[in-house]
Amino acid sequence: MKNLEELKKIRDRVRKDLELRTGKHRIKIVVCLGTCGIAAGARETMNTLIDLIAKKDTPDTIVTTAGCAGFCQQEPMIQLYIEDKEPVVYGKVDQKAAEEIFEKHILKGEIVEKYLFSKGK
Amino acid sequence: MSKRSIAQVLVGIDGNTVLFGARKIKTKLITEMHKHGLSEQVQVIETGSIGPANQGVIIGVYPAGEMYGNITEEEVVEFVQERFVKGRPYKKLLLSEKLPAGIDLTAYDSRKTQYLGRIVLDNCGKINPEDIEEYIGMRGYEALGIILKEKTSEEVIKIVRDSGLKGRGGAGFPTGLKWSFTAKVKDTPKYVICNADEGEPGTFKDRLIMEGDPHKVLEGMAICGYAIGANTGYIYIRGEYQLSIQRLEKAIKDAEKLGLLGENIFGTDFDFQVKIKIGAGSYVCGEETALLTSMEGFRGEPRFKPPFPAESGFLAKPTNINNVETFANIAPIILNGAEWFKKLGTESSSGTKVYTVLGHIKRSGLIEVPMGVTLREIIYDYAGGMSSGNFKMTQIGGTAGNLLSSEFLDVPLDFQSLKEVGYSLGSGAVLIMNETVSVVDFIKCCMKFFVHESCGKCTPCREGTRYAYEILDKISLGKGKADDIESLKLLGESMKDSSFCPFGQSAPNSLLNSLSLFPEEYNNLLIK
Ligand SMILES: Cc1cc2nc3c(=O)[nH]c(=O)nc-3n(C[C@H](O)[C@H](O)[C@H](O)COP(=O)(O)O)c2cc1C
Ligand code: FES
Repeated sequence: MKNLEELKKIRDRVRKDLELRTGKHRIKIVVCLGTCGIAAGARETMNTLIDLIAKKDTPDTIVTTAGCAGFCQQEPMIQLYIEDKEPVVYGKVDQKAAEEIFEKHILKGEIVEKYLFSKGK
Repeated sequence: MSKRSIAQVLVGIDGNTVLFGARKIKTKLITEMHKHGLSEQVQVIETGSIGPANQGVIIGVYPAGEMYGNITEEEVVEFVQERFVKGRPYKKLLLSEKLPAGIDLTAYDSRKTQYLGRIVLDNCGKINPEDIEEYIGMRGYEALGIILKEKTSEEVIKIVRDSGLKGRGGAGFPTGLKWSFTAKVKDTPKYVICNADEGEPGTFKDRLIMEGDPHKVLEGMAICGYAIGANTGYIYIRGEYQLSIQRLEKAIKDAEKLGLLGENIFGTDFDFQVKIKIGAGSYVCGEETALLTSMEGFRGEPRFKPPFPAESGFLAKPTNINNVETFANIAPIILNGAEWFKKLGTESSSGTKVYTVLGHIKRSGLIEVPMGVTLREIIYDYAGGMSSGNFKMTQIGGTAGNLLSSEFLDVPLDFQSLKEVGYSLGSGAVLIMNETVSVVDFIKCCMKFFVHESCGKCTPCREGTRYAYEILDKISLGKGKADDIESLKLLGESMKDSSFCPFGQSAPNSLLNSLSLFPEEYNNLLIK
């Protein structure tokens, strides 16, 4: 280690891995992974989202899972929590939908009406 | 670009949980994740103590912040199935506490949550203590880098002094002032010693700091070395602390590999190496002068002060001795500034204090709270209230500390407030007892400890502890007489006044407190 810059390089690289633990994320995507969700393809949806986060380098976004929310016919469902914004719930989110939601809502902040299930608390 | 995991499971591996099979549970978790094809999505990580101490193996799940206790190897199968395959909390073992994620120090006013405001334990239970990069990810070694590049040693001492940090080893001496004494002395070489003897019964905060975040202690020591002009540091650690020793050794090696310890740190001309010295487990060796004697290879007996270690310490060279927790406060102070530190705690005592809370309470374990939090808050807000019965008394600061009755529940716990009522904060042990504990039996038990640990150098302490124990024994068996109480008082006072070192001076603390707070407990046992 010759200088502080080298240290900061390690710091920034590792930070992403620690993000989940420091709670400093801005966006949280909750994928409903109940039996119904999994049957409808929620796992594939989730994997798509995880890949996108890595590909687009958005370390302030995390994906977590929850159980069935009680709207089984809408699965796969995702809930999107963005800091200072009302939560949004999307239904029937297959891989293609996940890509579109990621592109428009997460990166640009535009709600994708097509898949919208509900807004607010 | 590597794929990011969506969840991380942290297994708290410390001296306690190892005994409950924490390592096996970690392996089992990894196997189960693999079985379900979740290895990439869910990372299993080893960390230090997560906090609770009477709940078996503790694991944490991030980012949900869930904490699970008492998990067994068999139960891991169902846990992984429920929590990660089905994706819902595993209610059976879920604890009410939350993990420390994302709670900032700013939330000073609502002191209600356990993990609010951590400085010393900020990384404990969050990072893998055996991975130096994770420490660096939490801004580790940045403080050291900054001072080496930008600050003179006087400036570093000034920051520590302005922060108001006081020693966390018991006596509460201002740390910046202590550093300035050693810095002033011309003689070389100088030494930095970290006191990790932690012999005080009921105190295990230093162990959990070293097990959970060893680099923070090393960084604090290196900063001290730069400030006082020392190139060698020693950690005097008790031999029972195997896991701490292992993790410290690994930490030292890793830091040396990256050039963060050793020669030419950060490419400057500052060298600092850290060595570990293992103690043989005598309580008095925690006292700084006895510690020095022991380090020099002699029987651990205290020396006369002055000269103070700052002038003539290890091998008669200028030496600065601080406690583990004291060193762990240094890097955060440098990074955030003295003013930031002063905002936490009370006027006389800045910052936070790490306590180990034990006894008849619902949640025992490790907490870090701002200085000035009261005993009532510790018991009812942090420790979840009494586990059974009603509050009777508490002993703070370990066996050499003070005994407090319910009148003291609302005294702020900080150096000054306790001094005003004639007490001291001590090591950070908080032992809470309900009405089922007999005062006389308890004090007798404490005295037995001192009889065993007295080094024997001076008469008041060697003989005093023994006589006091015998009288207490007699009273507890219902054979005491009224004048025995007077003898106890006289003995206690004489030990306080005439013992050679603070060991004998503090041994009768709780005894004397108990005589004035609970005289009826003694009287009831006397022959009428
Ligand atoms: C009998 C006795 C035992 C002590 N044990 C310890 C100990 O285990 N750890 C510790 O840090 N300080 C212990 N101390 C206090 C040390 O003498 C010393 O004050 C302390 O290490 C200074 O560090 P600080 O300024 O950071 O608090 C003990 C003191 C006495 C009298
Ligand atoms: S030598 Fe320490 S009190 Fe006697």
